[in-house]
Formats: sequence, structure tokens, C-alpha cells
Amino acid sequence: MGLLSDPNRRRALINLLTRLNAPICAVCYIAGVAWFMGLAFEPFTLRTYMSENAMGSTMVEERFPAGERALATGREFAAHKKRAGGMPVDWLVKTMQSRGLEVFTQKFSRTLPFPDENKERYMVKGTNVYGILRAPRAPRTEALVLTAPCSPGDDNNQAVGLLLGLAQYFRNQIYWAKDIIFLVNEHDLIGMQAWLEGYHHTNTTGIDWSPLQGRGGSIQAALSLELSSDIITSLDLVLEGLNGQLPNLDLANLFYAFCQKIGVTCTIQGKPCCPDHDADGNEASQRPTMGGPRAFFTCHHCWQVRTNDFSFINQILKLNNLLERLHQSYFFYLMPSLSHFVSIGYYMPAFGLLAVILLLRALDLWVQLATPPVRTEDGIADLEQSSPEVLSVLTPLVISHLTGAALYFFPIQFQATAVEHFPVSESEAVVLTAIAIYTAGLALPHNTHRLLSGEGVEQDWRVLKLIAVLYMAVLLGCTALINFSLGFILALTLVPMAAFITPHRPKVLSAFIMVILSPACTLLFLVFFFQDLQEIPVSFEDGWMLFLSVISQGILDHSLYGSLVYPLIALMVYPCWLLFWNILFWK
Amino acid sequence: MRYVHDLQLLVTLTHPKDDFQEELVIRPLQSGDVYASFQFRTLWETDFMKGNKVSHYRLFPKSLGQVISKFSVRELHISFTQGYWRTMQWGQPFMPSPPGAELWVWFQDSVTDVDGTWKELTNVLSGIFCASLNFIDSTNTVQPSASFKPLGIGNVTDHRFLRYATLPREIVCTENLTPWKKLLPCGSKAGLAVLMKSEKLFHSSFHSQAVHIRPVCQDSECTTTSWELRQTLNVVFDLHTSGQGKREWSLFKMFSRTLTEACPLASSSKIYIDITDNPQVSFLHNILSLKIQAVVLGDRRTFSVYDLTEANTFGSMRSLNLLIRWKSSEGDMLRPLLHAERYVAGYGLQTGEIHTLMYNYHPFRSFPILLLDSVPWYLRLYIHTLTVTSKGKDNKPSYIHYQPSKDRVRPHLLEMLVQLPPNSVTEVTVQFERALLKWTEYTPDPNHGFYVGSSVISALVPSMVAMDTNNTKERPLFSSFFPCKEESSYFVRIYTEPLLVNLPTPDFSMPYNVICLTCTVVAVGYGSLYNLLTRSFQIEEPNPRLAKRIANVIRRLRGVPPLA
Repeated sequence: MGLLSDPNRRRALINLLTRLNAPICAVCYIAGVAWFMGLAFEPFTLRTYMSENAMGSTMVEERFPAGERALATGREFAAHKKRAGGMPVDWLVKTMQSRGLEVFTQKFSRTLPFPDENKERYMVKGTNVYGILRAPRAPRTEALVLTAPCSPGDDNNQAVGLLLGLAQYFRNQIYWAKDIIFLVNEHDLIGMQAWLEGYHHTNTTGIDWSPLQGRGGSIQAALSLELSSDIITSLDLVLEGLNGQLPNLDLANLFYAFCQKIGVTCTIQGKPCCPDHDADGNEASQRPTMGGPRAFFTCHHCWQVRTNDFSFINQILKLNNLLERLHQSYFFYLMPSLSHFVSIGYYMPAFGLLAVILLLRALDLWVQLATPPVRTEDGIADLEQSSPEVLSVLTPLVISHLTGAALYFFPIQFQATAVEHFPVSESEAVVLTAIAIYTAGLALPHNTHRLLSGEGVEQDWRVLKLIAVLYMAVLLGCTALINFSLGFILALTLVPMAAFITPHRPKVLSAFIMVILSPACTLLFLVFFFQDLQEIPVSFEDGWMLFLSVISQGILDHSLYGSLVYPLIALMVYPCWLLFWNILFWK
Repeated sequence: MRYVHDLQLLVTLTHPKDDFQEELVIRPLQSGDVYASFQFRTLWETDFMKGNKVSHYRLFPKSLGQVISKFSVRELHISFTQGYWRTMQWGQPFMPSPPGAELWVWFQDSVTDVDGTWKELTNVLSGIFCASLNFIDSTNTVQPSASFKPLGIGNVTDHRFLRYATLPREIVCTENLTPWKKLLPCGSKAGLAVLMKSEKLFHSSFHSQAVHIRPVCQDSECTTTSWELRQTLNVVFDLHTSGQGKREWSLFKMFSRTLTEACPLASSSKIYIDITDNPQVSFLHNILSLKIQAVVLGDRRTFSVYDLTEANTFGSMRSLNLLIRWKSSEGDMLRPLLHAERYVAGYGLQTGEIHTLMYNYHPFRSFPILLLDSVPWYLRLYIHTLTVTSKGKDNKPSYIHYQPSKDRVRPHLLEMLVQLPPNSVTEVTVQFERALLKWTEYTPDPNHGFYVGSSVISALVPSMVAMDTNNTKERPLFSSFFPCKEESSYFVRIYTEPLLVNLPTPDFSMPYNVICLTCTVVAVGYGSLYNLLTRSFQIEEPNPRLAKRIANVIRRLRGVPPLA
């Protein structure tokens, strides 16, 4: 503080910061990336541990006698599913009732904004079936949810079999302290969404659902089973929820602890042991993940039913033993591997180093604006140092946000018109409209200030850039707090672009770099990168098709489940990027 | 044995008006569970209200008698329940009770400081029953205006003398059962009470024990009144988990005891077994039993009765172990006409909505119900959002009594008289906001959340069969608790689920961080400000360089003006 209250030293510090601005920024960028890379290095991360004493992996029964029966139930379910050509509602109701559950059904229907070509659905109608195992001597205040989606085709029959097997086994135990809800939902996430909305009696996404008849109190935790084969080698843990929400780390730890105890391979994101970053920021919304008011986690590719399902029993048992809400342990973390995690205190500096670049640039611009370079000794220059026109800054802001709004609203609004005039399907129409608006945004009038105030002033672009840089810092900061992966990837591409764009750079080269670093291109590269990580590289055409489907999925996820990535990109990130585009072409 | 009998006779002659009855009702439920309901009634003809000091206690427990006389209690009802009564599977219970603890008391109109007396009474009862009743204070006590009328004689309806409180979080265990058993004249040494072994009673789906004290008429003219103490214990055993799906039960299997004698002090000791739904019951022992019919909760039921005071009930084995097997359940259970459920809608920690659903399953009769809701103050009810809808239409309550809450002083009280149309669902919704508590008011970090007690629905439900209105006739205890005024309807009280709500809870590790942060900010910010304020500023004389100083010395020697 003494440093700042002393005008001389302050000046020296500011001089230092402005003089060495570019090198400091470069160092920060490299340090940020290096820090992030370092998170994968095991000595820098923490070992996972159980925070919640009630969930220690001891004192549990380690056998599940009805494995064979669960498999048989799964086969029976498959047969009934084939016969019914969908969800065998009556059979499920009867089977659950015979296992001593209170059974209820819920009907739901939803018309998608445009046909989903990946899953081939448009008008979705379905039924959820759920059975409640009432805990003895508990007053219906708390519930655990165990769910298995009823998928089309031959997928996931074993999971439903296992679910029903567990229901039967659990019914004969006396120690339950929370109601357990066994849910078989149709149309995977749409059914899940409908059920959750029905359970909490809210309607956030516009699904039509019939009200639920039976409830079990507030949901404390949920497990989702996905299981498509009788014998499979390993268990995979899928943690990411909608909008980057994560379940309490204790849930994941507990699962891993059980897998270790019984010697089953447990993987995260299909990667067994080698530390690996989840670099799927933008993809997070495009993957089928479980979402909803609570964090959900799916476990699929389960091990052979007979030996593995006691891990679920154990998990449920431990959750049952919980004497409190899951409040301990971490809700913000990254998992390089199952045995290690990175808490928010360790990964945020990586982002902070990137964000500080924007602040340094803003400081630099502020100093430049506050102390104009002495150009001429006469007073004519001083007269021109009038305050920058508010309009010349406001206009680009408004225009770019209007473009963003158009990108957000038009693709779905005008799909019918597009289909009439062009030989494309609805889904293609939406995606291509979005891309068209995105590209058209680049050709917008960039020099409106010249119309308004005659001649553009050197000062004005500085003011605009100052605002744009601060805007981006706030935007990325908020995004990274909520969804670190998304925020970090955006920062990685947008920050260097934002830092060094001025009207004085070579136009063509800079424009090319800017387009490469724009959000859409980032997404395109990530598609290829992701395929590469999955070790199924794709050709450019396939990658492009994948890119188109990712966009349509993003738009659908937003309107179906309330995923925030599409509106974030369309309404905030893209307009912010347009501001810099505007600065580049400032005359 | 003989000696005891003689002694009893002697005592009965000198003090003829004490009476003790015990009974056990067993009803196999449609869901495969078994419902066992114990009732013990002690009648005591005395009047300690008019300043009489009573010091002689015989059958009536002294601890309760002293409580009644000291606190001028007119009526006292207390229940401890673990579990939730599943009306849709089990039908109506004989004695309804909400999960947790419930206490309601009518005081004599001679009591001046009702709140003070209530406070003392709850503390005393807390000691008697080993329960946390001392947590009852003004923030969870209400004075219902219509829902809880006195069940005994007396015309006091001024609800200033009524106090009602529930503790939904209360956990009931053996430590509550033991003092309850000690109130019985025979303890758990003889009679039906020997069946009450806690390891079996708490290995069940539902457990509820209650004590009801009220003044009743001694005879049909009601010339003399006497005090009635009813102790009830209701248990539902889950035969699905223990019986491997076999439809069979016996006293030994349920209670791991058999009966050998009635309580010698009891004037009547009976076991009733409901055989209405299962006419083709096969008994293990071929004991002679009486078949009676009784009208209970709007339904005519057939019971087979075993009188324990008769020696031949126990047969040659000198022990009674009833065993019943029956075939699979046929026919549907008589669906309860009234059913209710409640839940919190919405998510997040700011607002929410309480939904109460009330089902009238009567095909053509509508009937009124009284809904009582007592909501803690930290849920701020928006009473203007209160809606009552049935069949999609607005259903205007004919009576609303609302008492708004006061922060940290008293809860919300909402009572409504609503007409339920036939075969319909009536939904009552009210929005609320979750309050921020003071930091000492939060429960410790490991908690489930905050509990909101059950709402109470009291109704006169139209009966399918004519109800018995003769209150003085000898009837089984389980059918005579709620007085019946008219033949065409019967009284039902049902409780909804308690609610569990999360309040916005700050991270309590935060104060540490906040202290660190504020200390830093204060030190740095205040330090520099103080520095600026106290430092005296001077224009610094630029310190000339060494070369310049030497040059100036030379210049002065030469007489030339020095360099600036």
C-alpha cells in the first residue's frame, strides 16, 4: 500500500507494468498452461479420501445371492420389451408389485423443437414406472433413487434385471432408514427429466407430464445403472452432470473403494489408470449425461452381474447409513484418475494466470487512456482530446449482442421457412442457419462510429477494447467457476486473441488467426481432438458431420434439459468475440 | 395365586370404583402385514380438581395422577410414533398418530398462566417418558381453534386452554417404552404386556405408543365422572421380510412370547382377531372362541374373541399361542375413504411450495374436513398464494383461521374447513420462502435438514354402515375411543407425512476465512490510510549530485551563480 500511496513509486510500478506488459502476459500464459499440465502429475494432486465417516467401506455384506435370478429377469424383460415394442409397462408394474413395492406410473410427452436425427425422435411419448420400497419405521422424509433407463434395442436389459433383482433383495432386509425408489425410465434423459420435474412439481423445460401419485421425501442421492452385457470386464464411472455439475466426491470415492476391495477394474471416462485430463469442456453438454436438480451419476459397463452387484448394495447401504445430508467432501474437483483428485484451490490458479492477462491489458489500456501521449507541443491536439463518444462504443456493443440474440433465436424460429426454400431436413436447417448467422456476423458494419461522429478517433477503439477485455474477464471468470473445463478451454483460445488484437495489426493474418480461435472453430477442433483421445480418429468429412450433429445436440440439450452452453456461447461469448473482430477492422 | 385373588377381592370391596381392562386386537392386513393394537384402560373415580388432596393411588399410576392434579390438566394426549401409517395399504388405524412425538393438552379453566403451566408440564412429561419433550417451546406450540376438541366430557371449547405441539424429529426407542410399560398396573410381568418385548416391537414397520387421559362418565346418566387413562400401543409387523411370503402368523412368531395368564388386576382381558377378510382361517389350537361383530371406522368387522380371564382359554398346555394360516388374499381391501399426502415442490434454497393433497374416494358423498397446518417460522408462508382447488376448480374454504408467525416466537397456524367433493382430489398449495437464520440457530453441521410437522386432517366421514351411538354400552376398547354422535358418520383423524426442508446454510468454515481476509484488509487499508493522514508532507529538496555539488563549490569560489 505504501507502494501505491507514493506517487513516484506508483508511477514506477505502472511504468514497469506497461513497459513489460507483453512479456508478462506471455509468461502468465505459459505459466497458466504449464500449471494446468502439472495437475496431471501425481505428486501435485491429492489422494482421494472419504470425508464422511458414515460411508466408510466397512461393515457391509459382500454377497448378492440373486445374481442368476437378476440375469433371468433381465432376459424376461428383454422378451417383454420386444413383444411390447417399447417399454413393457404392465409387466414392469406387475413384477414390481410382486416384489412388494408400491408401484406408480407417470406418463409424459414432449415435442422436440426439431427432429433429433441422432436418436430419430420428434414427438416423444413415454411412461416411467417406479416402485417405492418404504423404509420401515421411517416417516417418508428421505429417499434414495436407483434408476435404469429402458433403452431402445437390446441395450440395458441387464440393468433393468439387476434393478428388479436388487428390489427383491432389498425388500427382504429390515435395516432401511430411507425410502428407496426404483425407477425404470423411458427415453433416457427426457424420461428422467419428466420424472424429476414431476417429483419436484416444477416445469422448467416444457415437458407435459402426469402428476406423480407417490413420493418418498427429499431425494438424498441417486445412482443410475447402465449394463448391456452379461459379462463385461470393468466398471466405468461417469461423473459429469449437466452444465458441469459434479456429484459429491464421496460418492465417487466410495464407488472406487468398493471396486478396489473386490478387485474389479474401475475406470473413469474409459481410462483405467493413466492420469488424463478431462478436456471435454464444450463437449460436456453434448454427451449423454444425467442431469437434473440433483447431481446424478451413471455407471455403465458393469462387471459380471453375479459378483459385482453387491457393490451397489454396499453403496446403497452406505447411503442409507448417512445420518446427514451429503455436505462434506468436495463438490468442485477434477479427477485425473480415480485415486487422485484436484480440488478447486489447486486448479483455479491455472485459470487465474490466464485471466490476469486480460486484467493487465485492461490496466495498460487504462493508463494509455488516462495519460495521452504528448504528440505535439501546441494546444490543437489537446482540443481533440475530447471524451470518447458514448455512441461510438455503445453501437458495436448493441450490434454484436443483437447478432448473438439472432444466433440464439433464429435457427429454431425460421426452420420451417428454411425447409421450404432449401432441400434440407429440419435438423440440418437449424444447424446451417446457425452457422450462416454466425458467419454473417463477421460481415456486419464495423465502422458505425464513422457515420455517427465523422472520423474515428484513436481513443475510441481503446475504450471499446478496454470494455471488451473487462467483459471477457468477467465472462470467463464466471464460466470457470461454474464449469471449469468449459471456462478454461475458452480462456485458452480467447485470451491470447483478446490480448493482442489492435487495428494496427496486419489485417489478413490477424483475421485468419481470429477465425481459427473463434468459439465455433474451437468446437470443431475439439471434435477431432476428442475422437483422437477416444482412439477413433475420423476423416474430415466425418468430423464435419460430427460437428454439425454436436451443434444440433447442443441446441436440443438447451431446449430439452436446460443446458446452458448454447445460450452462453450465442448470447455472451460470440458477441464478445465480435467486439474484438470489430476492433481489428477499426478505421 | 389364590392369595393374590383373595387380596384383590378385598381391595375391590373397599374401593370398588377402580377398574382396569386390557385388550389386544390383531388384524391381518391386505398387504401381508399384521397389525397388532394393544389397549389398556384404567378407570379411576376420583375428583382431585376441587382442591381435594388425593394421596391414595391403586391402579392409576401415581406419577400421572400427580401431574394431572398439579398442572390442572383436563385432558392429556401424548403419542410417540416411529414410522408412518400407510393408509392406502393398511386402512385406517384405530388410534391415529403422527411420526415423532405429539402432545396436546386441555387445561382446566382455573389455570391463569397457561403458557407457564404448559412449559412446566412438558418438562415434567419429558422426564416421565424419557423423551425430548422439553424441546417444546413457544416456537412449535399452537392453539388450534377447531381441530382438537376435547374427547372427554366437558363443554370447554375456549381454545385459550388448549396447547398442541409436535416434534417430528423425535426418535422412539426402548427407553421410551420402558417408562410407558411401568404405568401399567401389572407392569410387563403379567397379562398382555408380557408380549411387549422391545427387540420384537422395534423390528417392525410401524410402532406407536400413546397415553390418553380424559374425564369420562361413569354411567349413562353421567352423575359421576371418573378419570380414564388409556395406554395404547400399535405395531405393524412386516411378514414379508420375516415370513418368506408365507401367510401365517402366531403370537410366538410376532412377539417371541406366549401368554400364560391375564393380568390379575384386570376386570377384562381379551384378544380380538379380525377374521373379516379371511373367513377360511385355520387355527392351530382348537380353542373355543366367541365370534362378535363390531362396527369400527365405518365398517362392520367380525372378530373372534379369546377371553384370557377364563382358564380354559389356555388349554392343557397352560399357555396360549394363537397361530393362524390363511390362503392368499382375495378381494380388495376396503379402500379408505379419506387419504392425504403432502410434499414440498420446487428446488433450490430460496423458495418452495407446500402441496397438500386430500383424496375423497367416496363415490357420491362430499364431506367437510378440517385441515390444520402448523409451519415453523423459518418457512415464511406467503398466505396470499394459498390456493385450494378440487377438480380443477377453485374450492373456497368456508372457514379459515390463520395466525401469522412471529420470528423466533411462534409458528404459523393455518386451519381451514374445506368441503371435499365426491371422488376427487383437493389440492392445497401455499408458497414459502426459506429464512436465513442467525448463526447460532443452525443445527450442527451433520444434519438432515429442518423438519416440518405433519398436517392434521380431522373429518366426519360418511359411514357405509350405521355407527353405534350408544356410548355407555359395553364395547371393545378399540371401537370406543372417539365418541360417536350420529349414526351416519364416524370421526377420522389422519396425519400427513412430515416434511424435510433444507434452509440456506452458510459454509461455517467461512468465518475463519472472513476473519483472515478482513484482518488483512483492515491492516493494509487502514495502515496506509493512517500513514497518509499522520505523515507530514514536505517538498523534498532535490539532493544535487556529487559532480554538481563540486561544480557549484568551484563556481561559488569563482563568484559565478551556482547551477540549478
